[in-house]
Amino acid sequence: MEDLYREVIIDRYKNPQYRGALEPNDITFEDDNPLCGDHIRIDLRLGESGRIVEAAFDGHGCAISQASADLLIESILGKTIEEVRLVKKQDVLDLLGIELGPVRLKCALLSLKVLKAGVYGLGEASDDLIEV
Amino acid sequence: MNSLDTAKIRADFPILQREISPGVPLVYLDSTATAQKPAVVLQAMQDYYNTSNANIHRGVHTLAEEATAAYERAREKVAQFIGAASAREIIYTRNTTESINLVAATWGRANLHAGDLVILTEMEHHSNLVPWQMLAAERDLRLEFIEVTVDGLLDLDCYRALLEQQPRLVAFTHMSNVLGTINPAKTLISMAHDAGAVTLLDAAQSIPHLPVDIQQLDTDFLAFSAHKMCGPTGIGVLYGKRRILEAMPPYMGGGDMIKRVHLRNFSPNELPHKFEAGTPAIAEVIGMGAAIDYLQAIGMDAIAAHDHDLIVYALERLEEIPGVTVFGPSAEQKGGIASFTMKGVHPHDVAQILDREGIAVRAGHHCAMPLHEKFHIPATTRASFYLYNTQPEVDVFISALYKVFQLFG
Repeated sequence: MEDLYREVIIDRYKNPQYRGALEPNDITFEDDNPLCGDHIRIDLRLGESGRIVEAAFDGHGCAISQASADLLIESILGKTIEEVRLVKKQDVLDLLGIELGPVRLKCALLSLKVLKAGVYGLGEASDDLIEV
Repeated sequence: MNSLDTAKIRADFPILQREISPGVPLVYLDSTATAQKPAVVLQAMQDYYNTSNANIHRGVHTLAEEATAAYERAREKVAQFIGAASAREIIYTRNTTESINLVAATWGRANLHAGDLVILTEMEHHSNLVPWQMLAAERDLRLEFIEVTVDGLLDLDCYRALLEQQPRLVAFTHMSNVLGTINPAKTLISMAHDAGAVTLLDAAQSIPHLPVDIQQLDTDFLAFSAHKMCGPTGIGVLYGKRRILEAMPPYMGGGDMIKRVHLRNFSPNELPHKFEAGTPAIAEVIGMGAAIDYLQAIGMDAIAAHDHDLIVYALERLEEIPGVTVFGPSAEQKGGIASFTMKGVHPHDVAQILDREGIAVRAGHHCAMPLHEKFHIPATTRASFYLYNTQPEVDVFISALYKVFQLFG
């Protein structure tokens, strides 16, 4: 269990750096994890260069889902939409630095699913977005 | 004979060691009804219960993670086994029957309306007939049937004529459970698509016995059961093309099939969970995965070749017996199924006498009453072969038929 609740995860869960809402925003998307009811919304603001200048998330859920969202937001600041589209499942797992079984994987990847649905301009999030 | 090591295979199936009465070993020739189970399948299910039993998907404890992983790993195996593009096109059901009912109740209700034509065949199992009759009664659909020739083949001229009437759905069996006929599925499906119809292939009899490749067949739906392919009862599969499954309304409502639920409404979960309400047959899913591993290790081509050798031999020997009529096409066009009548002897009596010799065959209409009506017979006796059957077993079967002939002759 030490692995799963590394200090960084507890820290990000208790003291998230990017929790909040951006109004107005350029891109916003939200979704649930139907397995346990975790919820994440992500708002993005783009600069004139097309890069993400501000980003925030809000929602509720387990430490893994919320810490993953906070770390993910941090990692995409300054990136272009095209670059964010290339973020992979493994990138998020590397940020978390833990190994997860199939059930908790859904918690960890909810924020990526929301982010990708947002940057692809999709009407609905799909598990396809986090299969790679 | 081909190279299947039947002695080794038979040792994998504990039930094949039993005797029906002292000194009379079991000769199991009823795999078309259900196949026997190798020890590895039983062991996989027992291991799951002994070490990882937990409900899937919501739990975060170790057992739940293990159970979920095993359950979803089996889905990957099924997808790979039939060549599906994605495991998300694999829906777990109870059996072939439930798979077909699912399509009728969801795709059917959403897409079929008064006057729409559904094409079936005269050789369908009741499971691919009654669900469409029920929907036809509800929606005022037209059902038409591809006729079966005296040789037990589908009449393609009849099919072509029916296709001109703009069918919405063509649903047919890949392999007849009575005649053994292997229908030219790829051609029939391609013709249906050219006519603008959706296709459903009942693969209950073909999946256990032939290599089946979804990409090659290009069917929209495919249904089969695990229990006929050395897996447990209570678990089956519906394959559907992704875009069609996505557009279908859900089937049963309940846990696991939802994304969000409010007091007065819900939104459905993603594929495949959208169609899997409630706690599923977890151990059986794992057993099905083990059965697929088992069959693949032996090889579907080798199994098909073995079945073929046995049916060639069995048909040859059946011809020797006076008064025996075998239904269906020649061995080249069928799987390992021989349904026959013996003049002057009712099939139930044939089956009863064979049982005394330790031989398990089936007698009756085999859930295909219309097909028996077509051939003007109330019932047949059916012997069917699988990977664990041997040529000496066919000899035992034939000798027993001679005894029947002598008793009644």
